[in-house]
Amino acid sequence: MTTADVAGLRGTRSRPGRTAVWIRPERVKELSLLGVIFVALLVFSFLVDDYFSGRFFNRVTTSVAITAVLAVAQTLVIVTRNIDLSVGSIVGVTAYLTGQFASSNPSASPAVAIAIAVGLGALLGAINGVIVAYGRVPAIITTLGTLAIYRSWLISHGEGKTITADSLPSWVVDLPTRTAFSIGGLDIRVVFAVVVVIVVVFQVAMQRLRWGRRLYAIGSNPEAAAQAGLPTRRLVLGAFIACGALSGFAGFLFLSRFGNITVVAGQGLELDSVAAAVVGGVSVLGGSGTLVGAFLGAVLIDVLDQSLVRVPQVSEFWRNAILGALILAAVIADVVIGRRFRRRWSAEARPHTKVGDGSTDTPTEAPVLTGATPRGESGDA
Amino acid sequence: MPDWARERSWELLLAVILVGTIVYNATQSPVYLDVDNFVNLFRLSIEKVVIAVAMTFVIINGEIDLSVASVMAFAACVLAAAHESGVPFGLAIAIALAAAASAGFVQGLVVAKTGISSLVVTLAGLIGFRGAARVLLEDRSIGEFPDWFGDLGRADFLGPMPFALVLFLVMLVVGGVILHRTSFGRRVYVIGNNADVARFSGIDVSRVKLVLFTMSGLVAGVAGVLFAARLGSVRANIGEGFELDIITMVLLGGVSIFGGSGTLLGVALAICIVLNLRNGLGLANVEANTQTGVIGALLIVSVLAQNLLDRLPLRRREAEAEA
Repeated sequence: MTTADVAGLRGTRSRPGRTAVWIRPERVKELSLLGVIFVALLVFSFLVDDYFSGRFFNRVTTSVAITAVLAVAQTLVIVTRNIDLSVGSIVGVTAYLTGQFASSNPSASPAVAIAIAVGLGALLGAINGVIVAYGRVPAIITTLGTLAIYRSWLISHGEGKTITADSLPSWVVDLPTRTAFSIGGLDIRVVFAVVVVIVVVFQVAMQRLRWGRRLYAIGSNPEAAAQAGLPTRRLVLGAFIACGALSGFAGFLFLSRFGNITVVAGQGLELDSVAAAVVGGVSVLGGSGTLVGAFLGAVLIDVLDQSLVRVPQVSEFWRNAILGALILAAVIADVVIGRRFRRRWSAEARPHTKVGDGSTDTPTEAPVLTGATPRGESGDA
Repeated sequence: MPDWARERSWELLLAVILVGTIVYNATQSPVYLDVDNFVNLFRLSIEKVVIAVAMTFVIINGEIDLSVASVMAFAACVLAAAHESGVPFGLAIAIALAAAASAGFVQGLVVAKTGISSLVVTLAGLIGFRGAARVLLEDRSIGEFPDWFGDLGRADFLGPMPFALVLFLVMLVVGGVILHRTSFGRRVYVIGNNADVARFSGIDVSRVKLVLFTMSGLVAGVAGVLFAARLGSVRANIGEGFELDIITMVLLGGVSIFGGSGTLLGVALAICIVLNLRNGLGLANVEANTQTGVIGALLIVSVLAQNLLDRLPLRRREAEAEA
């Protein structure tokens, strides 16, 4: 039984005699998300005069940098069937402490400041990871707790003082406006370029490296992963550390973007990061989702954010209402797409019997078809 | 240890902690043991404890509702907006409760019909209903409610207790009876233990979930109305972050985040502990923000302790078997 035969038998979606084209579901999600972003831009361009401008592009790319890094961080953890709700607090702590360091050591090199932010984030992530992986406390409880703990530590440490942009070395404050290169009048900011590189690097790592495949394996079936001999605890700890480190980097970006850091900096960013990942097609049940998708989710959220304020007809107060609806739409679409693909896969995996003989749910003929195993996001881990 | 004590070991532990907290607080401040102080404790957190009762059902059912604080604010804003546009106040309350119940219903429908994780659905609700509240009131603050309304949370209703506290106690008792003494309550547990088994046993899982989420929304609406009564004015950002405290109370009460186990008695004890702890820390001049950190740590430690406690009897039995 070949792919073509099945497609011919079913007579839907692909023409008889042609091999069915494999589009992996995550590609479908990413492409449809691109479509949604495109439609959103189109709609806004009708509503707003002079919508597309170099300034708007800069605004979106600078703000998306932070959301995107957090979306990547969140995705690494969500893929393992965990969640990190403390990223907003980690951003706050790292932004504040790095700001303190930079303002009291103005001559320190940028590399040191960034290393401090990343290292601090990794440390906080490690605390989460140890409690989750070795203390066996569910991630949602652990990170809900550390969300409060990290923040309250920061508030008592900061004593209400604000880090001001004036006190920071100029390289920190100037960073967001630095341009790496320009394409056709659009400036690509250094920060945005770096973030794109981060997304690509982690995408490749998750798709090609053993580490990444193992994270997917844990998320799609933790017991099976443990049975297969994967060091699940260490891997989950690693995912949390990576998430913390990236959040720390996002904290540094936050510092350089806003300059003025209060003790409540970054509050609520955890929601944006989860929202971006979920809109980007990452399943909270673990085991599926891509970093490119999460990145696109972040882009969509920031496009909405930066555009809604410019639409005269609706107030900016619609932001959250639209975002909530968007998340819901994304996950429902995810389920619908997922069902469709599963139906196609099961058609591939066994002859689709006609309705009425009652054998649709019993995989009696399954052993015949070893060649057509679907390559799911988790299947080849 | 007798059987009943082993079964109720978590509640026992909570009771000991509670007594310890109360004794410690009593030595710290002479006014602590006043009845008024206790009433005041509940009065200031009445919205959270009311929602915690509903949240207990949802979590035992194996789901979670992160949207409660937003639905609460949404209901309060609906109430305020209706009041502002001249709707009779009683009707405005009814509209607010109906809006909150439908908010829960919609989320329950999505969870029950599509099987999407309630974590995501109610996260969307958390963001979306807060957004809806903001759309309604923008950055305004609406007040000037009737006098009797403000009295709901303040004036003595039954003895020293205001109406809101009496309502909470009634909810606690009714909730306890439903959860522990009715077949509906049993179904909530069975589904939380294993939804597939429940489905194959002929339980209408979707309907139970739908009922629970609708109830959760309605109770959040009640909390919103009580909040409006207590504060005397409503803004779109009221109660942000309440879900942390509420979930902490429920989980500290021994309810498993994976569903299927926990009691309302445990949650009631945990509520008392959290309130008394905050009060005690306040009396000891610990800042409100540090208190939040302590509550966060308590949340993590309570589950860590449960994990340890789960292992203990097993190890002891194994040791006995070996000996």
